[in-house]
Parts: sequence; C-alpha cells; structure tokens
Amino acid sequence: MSDKKLTLKKRLHIIKHHFRGKKMAPAFNAFHTFLFTPDETTHSGSHVRAADDLKRTMNTVIMALVPVLLFSMFNAGYQHYSAVNGFPENFSVIEHFLTWDNFWIGIIKVLPLVAVSYIVGLTVEFIFAVIKGHEVEEGYLVTGMLVPLIVPIDTPLWMLAVAVVFGVVIGKEVFGGTGMNILNPALTIRAFLFFAYPTWMSGDKVWVYEAVERAGGPDAISGETILGYLAQNKAAEMSYSVSDMFWGFIPGSVGETPTFLILLGGLFLIFSKIASWRIMLSAVIGSLVMGLIFNGVVDAGWIGETSKFYGLMSFDFWKHLIVGGLAFGIVYMATDPVTGAQTNRGKWFYGFFIGFISVLIRVFNPAYPEGVFLAILLMNVFAPTIDHYVVRGNVNRRMKRLKNATILPEDSEGKEKELQVETA
Amino acid sequence: MALLTKKDAKLISDPLADNNPITIQVLGICSALAITAELKASIVMSVAVIFVLGVGNVVISLMRNIIPSKIRIIVQLIVVATLVIVVDQVLKAFAYELSKTLSVFIGLIITNCIIMGRFEAFALGNGPWRSFLDGIGNALGYGVILIIVGFFRELLGSGTLLGYKVLGDPIAKTGLYATGYENNGFMIIPPAALIVVGIIIWVQRSRNKALIEDH
Repeated sequence: MSDKKLTLKKRLHIIKHHFRGKKMAPAFNAFHTFLFTPDETTHSGSHVRAADDLKRTMNTVIMALVPVLLFSMFNAGYQHYSAVNGFPENFSVIEHFLTWDNFWIGIIKVLPLVAVSYIVGLTVEFIFAVIKGHEVEEGYLVTGMLVPLIVPIDTPLWMLAVAVVFGVVIGKEVFGGTGMNILNPALTIRAFLFFAYPTWMSGDKVWVYEAVERAGGPDAISGETILGYLAQNKAAEMSYSVSDMFWGFIPGSVGETPTFLILLGGLFLIFSKIASWRIMLSAVIGSLVMGLIFNGVVDAGWIGETSKFYGLMSFDFWKHLIVGGLAFGIVYMATDPVTGAQTNRGKWFYGFFIGFISVLIRVFNPAYPEGVFLAILLMNVFAPTIDHYVVRGNVNRRMKRLKNATILPEDSEGKEKELQVETA
Repeated sequence: MALLTKKDAKLISDPLADNNPITIQVLGICSALAITAELKASIVMSVAVIFVLGVGNVVISLMRNIIPSKIRIIVQLIVVATLVIVVDQVLKAFAYELSKTLSVFIGLIITNCIIMGRFEAFALGNGPWRSFLDGIGNALGYGVILIIVGFFRELLGSGTLLGYKVLGDPIAKTGLYATGYENNGFMIIPPAALIVVGIIIWVQRSRNKALIEDH
C-alpha cells in the first residue's frame, strides 16, 4: 500500500505505535480516541462492545447543553442592554433578543469562560494522566461545559482558572479520577468560587455584564436576581413576568435561566437514556413539596408580611422551579451518574431530598439565595449511604421471603437446609 | 555532634518528618483547624505546646515510678492543666489581644491528643532527658505543620503575614491587588485547613512511599 492511500485513521494508528510506552502516550491517545475508536482488540474472553462509550455519553450531554449555551450568549447581551437602555416595550424575541449586538456580548464574555474552563481543566487532566501513566479520562468534557454556565457572567477569568484547578485536583483527582469522585466536580468548582470570592458570586451587581463598573454611577441598575428580590422582601419591585422566568429572559448565572431549553435538554437526556428520569422527577416533586409546605405556612397565617422569610415563603411553590438554578441543577448536575445514587429506589430518595433541601436553603438562609449547589453536594455525600440501605433492605426482604416460603417439593428436606446454608 | 547521641537525635528528628503527629498519626487535628487562620496564632500555639509537652514529659517521667497506674490519667491531666494555666496566665499578662484570639484553644491544649499520647506512650517508660527530647520533638513536629498551614492560610486568605501586608493593600489596591488579585475567603474558614493539611499529607507520602498504608 502506498503512502497516498493511507487514510487519516490509519496514519493516526501508525503514529500511535510510535508513542506506545512513552510518557506522552496518554496525551496522544486522548486526541486519537476523540476522533476514532481505538484499534486495540481484546485479548482474552468475550467482551461486549457498546457504541455509547464514555466519550459518546459525554458528548450527548454536551449536545443537550449547546442550546442553553447559545441562549445564554444572547441573554448576556440582552440583560446588558436592558440594564443600560431600559427594558424594551412590546418585547419581541427576534427584534430585541436574537440580535447580533446581544450575541457579540455573549462572544466576548461567555466564550472566554468556556475556553478557560476547558483549557485549564484539560491541562490538569493531561498532567495527571502523564504523571500517573493512565489514559486521559473523559470526565472533564461535561464538567468543562457546565462550569461556565453556572458562574456569574463577570467572574474574572483568573478566579475561574484557580477554581477549576482546585475542583479538578481536590474534587476529582485525589479520589482517583473520573468515576471515583465523591462530589460533582463542577459543583465543587462553584462552591470553591462561592466561598473564596463571595463578592463576585452573590449580591446584585454580578449577574449582568459590567454592572460592577456601573455601580454608583448614573447608569447604576439593579441587576438583582429574582431570588435576590424575594430574599429582601421586595417582590413588588420586580418587573419579571412568569413567561420571562420560563423562557429565561432574567438575570442569573450564565446558563441557568432558560427553563424551557433546560426542559428540552432534560427530555433529550431521558430519551437517549443518559440521565435518570427518576432523579429528575423526584427532585421536582421534592421541591414542589417543600414549596407547598412554605405556602401552607403563609396561608395559615403563621408568618406575617414583616417576617424576613415572607418574600420567599409566599412565592408560589411551582415558581421555584423556573427561577434560579434549580432546573439546571436537577437536569444536568443531580443526574451525574458517578456522584448520584445508583439504585433505582435510592434515586427516588436522592432526587427528592435534592429538591426538598434546595428550596429549604433558598428560603431559610439569606446568605445563600440559591441553595441548589449546596443541596446537590450534600446529597452527593449521602448517595453511597442511601444505596447501602437500599441494597441491605433488598437483601433482607428476600431473606424474609425465603424463610416464609413453606411450599417445597416433598423430597426437599435436604434442599431446605442447602438453601439456608447458601443464603446464610 | 556530641551534644546528642544518634538515638537521642532521632527522638527529635522523627516526629518532624516520618512520624509527624499531625500528618502521620493524625492527632491534634482539632486545634490545627481552628487556630491556623493567622500565622501569629499558629506560632504562639506551637510555642505553648512545645512548653507544655516538653515540661510535662519531664514531670511525668520523674514521677513515673510513684504514680499508681490506676489513677495515672488523672495525674497526667493535673500536670497538663497546671502547665496550661501557666501558659494562659503568661499570655494574658504579656499578649492580651492574642490571648483573646486564641481564647478557648489554649485551654483546650489539655485535651490535645498529642500530649496525653506522649505521656502514655513515652514519658511513663523513659527517663527525664529522653522524655524531654521526645516532648520537644513531637511538639516541634506539631508546630511545623501548624506554621506551614498558618503561613498559606494567612497569605492566601488575608494577603498578610504576621499582620504585615506583604501583597499590598486590598482596599487602596496597591501591590498585587492592582492587577485584580483578590484574597481567597475560602482560606479563612476552617475547612480550608483540612484541605491544606490534606495536601501536606499528599506531598509527604508521595515523596516517601513507605508511609502509604496498605488497605
């Protein structure tokens, strides 16, 4: 075969053999398997090869995130210009939202966040792969896309870089890399940013592009999030309608606002069987239950309008789902197969408490107007315990069933003992 | 060096590295988390523990043959408590502000596992000179970790060292702050100490593979 007839695939396989056993082999393989499946064949036994390997799984999640990312780029500009020029009257999506000006702000503000997240995160992954001599793991592909979507738009890039290094090293690599981590790395990064640089992560000046620079000047605006308004009992000053909240034309972290697109992404993930519908559904139920409890407390008159919790407690229970990061967290973060519960019954508990605790933190902790990331991290920690008890419960139930089984064949006297020995 | 025999020198050098009370034996973690937000507090705490453990070990060692073994814990507690009160009073007299920052943690030296651990494991079975060296060595090992953690937490968390603004003024935006750098608030809260100690353990064990436990 002459050189000309070599396809890209074959060339890469040849290069691969040059790298074999060398230090940089994992780095090369990472790029190689991104394009093609490896040419290795299994040497012993039979192995099932499925088409949806880890890389394909990750890519499916990224596909579900792309609409959210595009929307967030437009929204970045929309929020900026609305803050400067005032909200447009007779709002039309084509005229006021999907404009080049809006998109341009998104390009200069959102894309750098994505780039920093991926470059820093993958560099750390490559360094660890080369030091430890294993293949580069795909885990960061999704994390790298999630991170820019859950931070405020004005987050300085160096802060993001520091947080990504922390999140990947402490959140994932120290536990043994992808698949071994206890906590969701993207949320670890978010939590690190939140506790390290609180002035950049909360308040009313960080959610809209350049709001910090405008603060105090004649252009000063309130770029407060809906939850922020409610936490300060200022629901009356809020000018957002329910449809704004649902479609996502509201300030917030870069990609958390478009509930509709997140819903579509969630359905896509459910039908491609990547994410668990049990977790999503039970988390929604959990947040609705907690919201209903709070609404009930207000209706019963136990909490007056003067209470500092009134704003959030009286917020209609179902609206909790369309503001803040709850929907985004439920669809893309809670369903992380590594850090979530593994058993089907466990997923119901796991999801339910994520929704339940998220709304609880929202209402009761004024310092954290958004508690979704804390709720998911907390349940990440409890997921193995939940699974443990589900499995134990299952074993005990079967043991009981076995003991109660009285109908045995006539010549089974010996069998019964055998069974007991086996199950003991 | 003729001052110390090889065996005696080991009593001091071992706890500093391969048998460190914090990173290897994982003792005394509580105070390592609580008071290391500032370097100054870490240093004072280390000095206090060096004094208490050095003197305490000698006292227990001198009394080791007359303490009835049934009540030895009580005797040990009395010795530590006495020494801690001495430290506390000295701090209140000469460094009142600092004693307020350290407040309860000086008193809690009594419950520091390292101290009771050394009394039980070493001073009860060895002579005063060796006990003294062992006490100083272990307290130094504890202090070294405290000072490392305190150094990083104060530098990254407050941008100062011993109260001096080494990175510039965060409010007037001078020095490093002029470039947009900001203090890392995460370093101020106690969980950060846990992570810094964890990183020290990680570095130490990857340099000396013999320290890695089998599972």
